[in-house]
Amino acid sequence: MESPQLHLEPSKSTNDLLLEVKGLKTYFHIGKGKIAKAVDNVSFAIKKGETVALVGESGSGKSITSLSIMRLIPSPPGEIVEGSISLEGRDLLTLSEDDMTKVRGNEIGMIFQEPMTSLDPVFTIGNQIVESLMKHQKMKKKEAYEKAVDLLKIVGFARAEKIIKEYPHQLSGGMRQRVMIAIAMSNNPKLLIADEPTTALDVTVQAQILNLMIDMKEQFGSSILLITHDMGVVAETADRVLVMYGGQIVEEAPVRDLFLKTKHPYTTALLRTIPNIDVDLKRLESIPGNVPPAHLFPKGCRFAARCTHAMTKCQEEMPQLIEFENNHKVRCHLYASEGGAIE
Amino acid sequence: MAYIIRRIILFVVTMAIVSFITFAVFQILPGDPIRTMLGTEADEVQVETLRKELGLDQPLYVQYFDWAKGLVTGDLGESIRFSMPVKELLMDRLPVTISLAVITLLIVIIVAIPLGIFVAKRQNKMSDVVFSSITQVGMAIPSFWLGMLLILYLGMNFSFFSISGYVPWTESIAGALGAILLPALTIAIPQIAVKFRYVRNAILEQLRLDYVRTIRSKGITEKFVMYKHVLRNSMIPILTIFGLITAEVVAGTIIVEQVFALPGIGQLLITSIGYRDFPLVQGIVMYITFAVVFINFLVDILYSVLDPRIRLN
Ligand SMILES: Nc1ncnc2c1ncn2[C@@H]1O[C@H](COP(=O)(O)OP(=O)(O)O)[C@@H](O)[C@H]1O
Ligand code: SF4
Ligand SMILES: [Mg+2]
Repeated sequence: MESPQLHLEPSKSTNDLLLEVKGLKTYFHIGKGKIAKAVDNVSFAIKKGETVALVGESGSGKSITSLSIMRLIPSPPGEIVEGSISLEGRDLLTLSEDDMTKVRGNEIGMIFQEPMTSLDPVFTIGNQIVESLMKHQKMKKKEAYEKAVDLLKIVGFARAEKIIKEYPHQLSGGMRQRVMIAIAMSNNPKLLIADEPTTALDVTVQAQILNLMIDMKEQFGSSILLITHDMGVVAETADRVLVMYGGQIVEEAPVRDLFLKTKHPYTTALLRTIPNIDVDLKRLESIPGNVPPAHLFPKGCRFAARCTHAMTKCQEEMPQLIEFENNHKVRCHLYASEGGAIE
Repeated sequence: MAYIIRRIILFVVTMAIVSFITFAVFQILPGDPIRTMLGTEADEVQVETLRKELGLDQPLYVQYFDWAKGLVTGDLGESIRFSMPVKELLMDRLPVTISLAVITLLIVIIVAIPLGIFVAKRQNKMSDVVFSSITQVGMAIPSFWLGMLLILYLGMNFSFFSISGYVPWTESIAGALGAILLPALTIAIPQIAVKFRYVRNAILEQLRLDYVRTIRSKGITEKFVMYKHVLRNSMIPILTIFGLITAEVVAGTIIVEQVFALPGIGQLLITSIGYRDFPLVQGIVMYITFAVVFINFLVDILYSVLDPRIRLN
């Protein structure tokens, strides 16, 4: 596989903010009074037209962050306990459930990791696309089916008229993920959230799906929140990167700075996986140990047990996010004397 | 199509096996129908003559094939006790039992499915405790006792219900309902008490699946998530339960027909066993197993209607 190219041209995005997540805490009550702090005080923003990558090992809180934005946290046991999530200035957390259904699938589209199980097995592909069109664009059935055929053509189905009559089990994983993209993009959303959209796919199909997402984004002018294990993908597609560990953001930087001026020891370890992109980042082989479970976070740095630079201070005191030039932020005591604390 | 053909073959093979077992069981059963008919005083000559007349002196396999041929052509032989064709006796009683079974099934479906959905939507510890106690009680009640209670509290107080006997639908619909409703409730209530939890579990299981999250992510309202998608998907496991319920309801009619003095197949069966009226008992047993196997066949066919993964395999 060719080595990934850094996405070096400056971001085309305007300065307009699309999504702003502030101080988000999503906790799970996991019994016996224990609380799993799956997302613990996370803040970030996505600009219009921007592709932001969210990376980190399994269990670091990426999916829960994205499901919080959609307000699809299973509750109980989950609960968004604090924070705000504004979409163009409107706080989604204060919307009624009914108003929220007008945001989901309409202003924010989402693609999930498991294409094999993400579609309803007993309804046709067409039915599952028009459902969304009829809800949000108030289309009549016939018009919606015509639009569905168009959408399927856009995502690369040559014989779209046939596909709308088929059922999910008749399609391959890659094809299903194309259908998911068609559904997610059907109402021209402002934000597309893709939670590891290619992880479950054949390596040969991964690039196609990724390119399709990028094409769609360009075509519709959407922003993307791309959750991925794959640092190679990040390098090729993202404008900005959020690195998550133990429910917190530990580093945030424009993609170029993240790769060239890496600060956090965890990010350094993540980047070491690049030469062999096939490595599944589910658990980082290059760093011994695991992400601590979300109900047993240490009081100091959550990465301390695995960090080769760990100092005494790291065990005792939680590092704060510190900001450097170019919106580069890092949560690590190594940089305590530099930058400016922002929390 | 291939699926349906496979099911039909399976159905035929099952019936063949069942008929063989039914036949074999009656060969092993103690008691000689000829002696029952003639009484203990009969001499050997009389016994042998009648045996010959009824074809019971033939080798077993000949008897079996004769009988099996009769099953296929609808000729179930002659009842020893009534000296009438078994087929006619069955045809007389069938409407009673079928009415009872169908009304019972309708009650179970109409109550258990909405109740299961209701409980699934309000899932919490308190309702779990309440509803699982209902299930426990429902499982523990003997049906003859429940039948008595219904007769005592409903049958005696409302003239609409009759507590014994049967009125044909063609004669009076209200009369037929009045005769069937209490026995139907007697079978249905314990069924509902147990089976609504299956419905609840089937729905809760669906709600955990990935596709539900996808539908929600499209902005579809909870009502549609539940009634269009989840319910439709749950019908597949629920259908399995209803195959089971049907078998149990058919079995339930046997006892309940006694309690309510309904002249159905079950009543006929119980009295015929006492008389060692083997041709009649065999006919009834074959009818009941046919009904159950056929329902399961229908359930299998319905699967393919409900589930495109089976239909288009
Ligand atoms: N349904 C749940 N019940 C309890 N805890 C959960 C649940 N879902 C997620 N969590 C907690 O949230 C943490 C982060 O999960 P997730 O966001 O799925 O991680 P990622 O997507 O980064 O792999 C998990 O390690 C777990 O502790
Ligand atoms: S704070 Fe300490 S333990 Fe945590 S990443 Fe920095 S150096 Fe390592
Ligand atoms: Mg995840």
